[in-house]
Amino acid sequence: MTETVAGREIGSARRRSEDARLITGRTQWTDNLQLPGMCHVAFLRSPYAHARITGVDAAEARQRPGVVAVFTGADLADEQGSLPCAWPVTEDMRHPDHPPMAVDHVRYVGEPVACVVARDRYAAADALEAIDVDYEPLTPVLDMEQAVADGADLVHADLGTNSSYTWVFENGDLDAALRDAPVLIERRYVQQRLIPTAMEPRAVVCAPEGDGFTLWSATQIPHILRLMLATVTGIPEHRLRVIAPDVGGGFGSKLQVYGEEVLALLLARRLGRPIKWTESRSEGNLTVHHGRDQIQRLTLAAERDGTIRGLKVDLLADMGAYLMLVTPGIPLLGAFMFNGIYKMDAYSFTCTGVFTNKTPTDAYRGAGRPEATFAIERLMDELAAELDLDPIEVRRRNWIRHEEFPYDTIAGLTYDSGNYEAATDKALHLFEYDTLRAEQADRRERRDPVQLGIGVSTFTEMCGLAPSRVLGSLSYGAGGWEHASVRVLPSGKVEVVTGSSAHGQGHETAWAQITADRLGVPFEDVRVLHGDTSVSPKGMDTYGSRSLAVGGIALVNACDKVVDKARRVAAHLLEAAEEDLEFTGGRFSVRGVPDQARTIQEVALAAFAAHDLPDGVEPSLDSDATFDPDNFSFPHGTHLCAVEVDTETGFVRIRSYVAVDDVGLVVNPLIVEGQVHGGLAQGIAQALYEEAVYDAEGNLTTTTMADYLIPSAADLPHFVTDRTETPATTNPLGVKGVGEAGTIASTPAVVNAIVDALRPYGVRDVPMPCTPERVWRALNEQEGSA
Amino acid sequence: MIPAGFEYVRPESVDEAVSALAEAGEDAKVLAGGQSLMPLLRMRLAYPEVLVDLDRVAELREIRDLGDALFIGAMATHHQVMRDPLVRRHAPLIAQATATVADPATRHRGTFGGALAHADPAGDLPAVALALDAVCNVRSARGSRDVPAADFFVDWLTSALEPDELLTGVTVPKLGPGWGTHYEKFHRTAQSWAVVGVACAVRRERDAVADVRVALTNMGAAPVRATAVERSLEGVPVSDGAFRSAAEHAADGTAPPGDLHGSPDYRAHLAQVLTRRALTAASAR
Repeated sequence: MTETVAGREIGSARRRSEDARLITGRTQWTDNLQLPGMCHVAFLRSPYAHARITGVDAAEARQRPGVVAVFTGADLADEQGSLPCAWPVTEDMRHPDHPPMAVDHVRYVGEPVACVVARDRYAAADALEAIDVDYEPLTPVLDMEQAVADGADLVHADLGTNSSYTWVFENGDLDAALRDAPVLIERRYVQQRLIPTAMEPRAVVCAPEGDGFTLWSATQIPHILRLMLATVTGIPEHRLRVIAPDVGGGFGSKLQVYGEEVLALLLARRLGRPIKWTESRSEGNLTVHHGRDQIQRLTLAAERDGTIRGLKVDLLADMGAYLMLVTPGIPLLGAFMFNGIYKMDAYSFTCTGVFTNKTPTDAYRGAGRPEATFAIERLMDELAAELDLDPIEVRRRNWIRHEEFPYDTIAGLTYDSGNYEAATDKALHLFEYDTLRAEQADRRERRDPVQLGIGVSTFTEMCGLAPSRVLGSLSYGAGGWEHASVRVLPSGKVEVVTGSSAHGQGHETAWAQITADRLGVPFEDVRVLHGDTSVSPKGMDTYGSRSLAVGGIALVNACDKVVDKARRVAAHLLEAAEEDLEFTGGRFSVRGVPDQARTIQEVALAAFAAHDLPDGVEPSLDSDATFDPDNFSFPHGTHLCAVEVDTETGFVRIRSYVAVDDVGLVVNPLIVEGQVHGGLAQGIAQALYEEAVYDAEGNLTTTTMADYLIPSAADLPHFVTDRTETPATTNPLGVKGVGEAGTIASTPAVVNAIVDALRPYGVRDVPMPCTPERVWRALNEQEGSA
Repeated sequence: MIPAGFEYVRPESVDEAVSALAEAGEDAKVLAGGQSLMPLLRMRLAYPEVLVDLDRVAELREIRDLGDALFIGAMATHHQVMRDPLVRRHAPLIAQATATVADPATRHRGTFGGALAHADPAGDLPAVALALDAVCNVRSARGSRDVPAADFFVDWLTSALEPDELLTGVTVPKLGPGWGTHYEKFHRTAQSWAVVGVACAVRRERDAVADVRVALTNMGAAPVRATAVERSLEGVPVSDGAFRSAAEHAADGTAPPGDLHGSPDYRAHLAQVLTRRALTAASAR
């Protein structure tokens, strides 16, 4: 059902038309908004990971200059509701109340306990220091394994347990697969907690307007946010307008309904004036939802020839202190991916969501899939080492061959297409795999203090979230469709309205490219509108690499409806039969009589004037379309990483990195390459640099960017990127999605490379992030025990 | 984050600056490039009542040749210092170490004098000043004094400056022929602080070490000279083995901090490795 789209725009590496304004900041970032009479709010946050609030004295703060009002959680208790969790993954999932502002308990450092509304940010920040809160500290719960042991202290005493849910998936006879397995690889891997670190911090402005409210937020999800704000506050949905103006990145952290958003709305309602809040970076590190944080217990059973028999996955997933929008579902997105690209007969997945006194977790670029991919790709390298096979060879023996697609996996998905052989061959060639292996052997021979390691990651992921019926079967609270409308204006210019909500992805460029090709109009004549519930009333927003594979297809369908209608009008104007018309380059012409033609612009004007339309045809060429995918899409690729490990200091330098990705048809190669580069940086960062660290009292110690390290261009190699192109068969463009691929693939590639470098020293794992000290300790522990 | 309120003074000369400091008393802070002070203010870890901003004191930005020494004005930016021909010629160790400080944006704002007066043991330049036997030139309304680098860095974020005193510049003796220098910095990302750094200057006569100075970054509450290393190398023939065994003493007598980027024993180990590498590189120049 894949249809080849020939056009000048699709496939063209256009520079992104939105970038000039984004880069210079001459645009509407939420924090740039200034409204008449606007007040600023600042939040007082808990310094305790777990405590009872026994008293709040805000009397002095209320007297401070410039202060308009001070509110505690108790002041708002009757109206603030509970923050939503839209994904009850099991019927018996424990879901504690989550007041936007703490009333009598705090459960993580950074939880808001009071707020000051003042005439400017300075007055608000000063007055915070005048609020006295009395806390009765309680024992914090910080370790997941201890949290689920008998007699553990409880995050939520009323629940009687720190376990939120246990979710199980089983297929095939795992006991049989494990019994007498010739090879058993058992490992415990930790996916450390990460902080998403979007370039733009969170910001929200809420203003009473007419009989409702307008709320601007640096969010990925204006449509979902509007519905959720209505649900939480009881303000009717049609009285709320939510605008995501230009948004400076999210990585999933802005796929959320934050307490600060709800409180801004409540304060605007209470005070009758616009309210603004912009977080600082340190405040954000504490309170933006975190990502990852899993303990994985894994057992892989295989034959002596490397053939996989089965895989057992047992997870503890840290929910943090509360369940936020999709917190419990995130690790389950990995449930379908632990098998990776491999065939096996048995699979068992169990995940327990655990409450701790830490910042809540939720979606972070890749969301469940990086964790799963890391596990299986690390295990494949361990299997190769156990059997003394090349890691590429052990993968070849197990992966789904290209002629076997579509393929029903052990995890219950149908992979529609793929060609792992082609991507791997291309990557091996670009990487000069054999040359590097020879150099590695030479350095080992010479006992060079700088050892070379080679890491492999042959990954796939599921994206294009998501078929609504699948989401329904997983108890998710909404669908996974997307909407688009196309308006051909009387002048022939085109407005595209999309329900996708770009926050750095380049939709304005890519959507205009698609529209230009489908309608045969110049790229410059297309304007893309998004991110405002009054302008784009229907949408499911942007996350999960879904925009192109779902929203882009809705746009294609909307364009095709325009062309279909224009064809009827053109046929009428040309006094020809519709089936005798050809449509190329924006022009309807009568087959065999090329001079008899109408451009789509001429047809649009005629449809607007409506002087002479065929019977039953309504004026205008506008159209709407909604696309709900039948299946996920499955980008895949082969990533190869070479690292140099300084065995004296433990320092890891990435020497070269080759990424061959198959994301199906590419609309804009420049955007795809940018996504791959950024994704690689983020995945490499998990392997080497990033970790949210808590001390024994539950204080986050990585609140600044001096402590929470992220790499810059200076720390990263020149990436070699290339593609194979195996079209998705489940959508008419053949696209798959690329937003998360680099992040998912690169983390195991880097760690595999480090372990590969150190395997002769007896090292078989280094916990992430593989800091120089950890690498050095891994080496020393081996030397000490040898 | 938002700083608490403060008074702001912007003098245009050193005289005006020191009288502003004299007037302000204990609770004044000098604002140079702001790359360390501003974060402290914004996180409300510092609450000065008066900020004396040196941005307009042009005389403090000069770098001059004093004959057998260089004078580097306290307000010379890192960017200016690392590109200055006099510094590159007569104090290449400063140029090399300065190029590793943070990132280009920080180097355009941050100043040489500010980095010394801040006295952060994780900063690169205090150890460099120590290794070069630099002298800090200090002024106040009461007069002037010179403080050798060895006496200037007192404790964590604490220099020998009195509250009314201003660091106006640093006198750096030129190293004569036969000297080689190197700064060996170990950090996790290009723009992060040194986990450990080693500033090293070696003078060779024929094939022996005639003179050697080794100073350590982030191996204690203040930068420290690795005197045991220095002592064990005086007059010793240059060889890998000599450097290796001398470097084993690099952490002797130090009390390195432990933090997210390195435990004390890892830092002690790094000091040894980096000292050996710094000695080797410096003696090869």
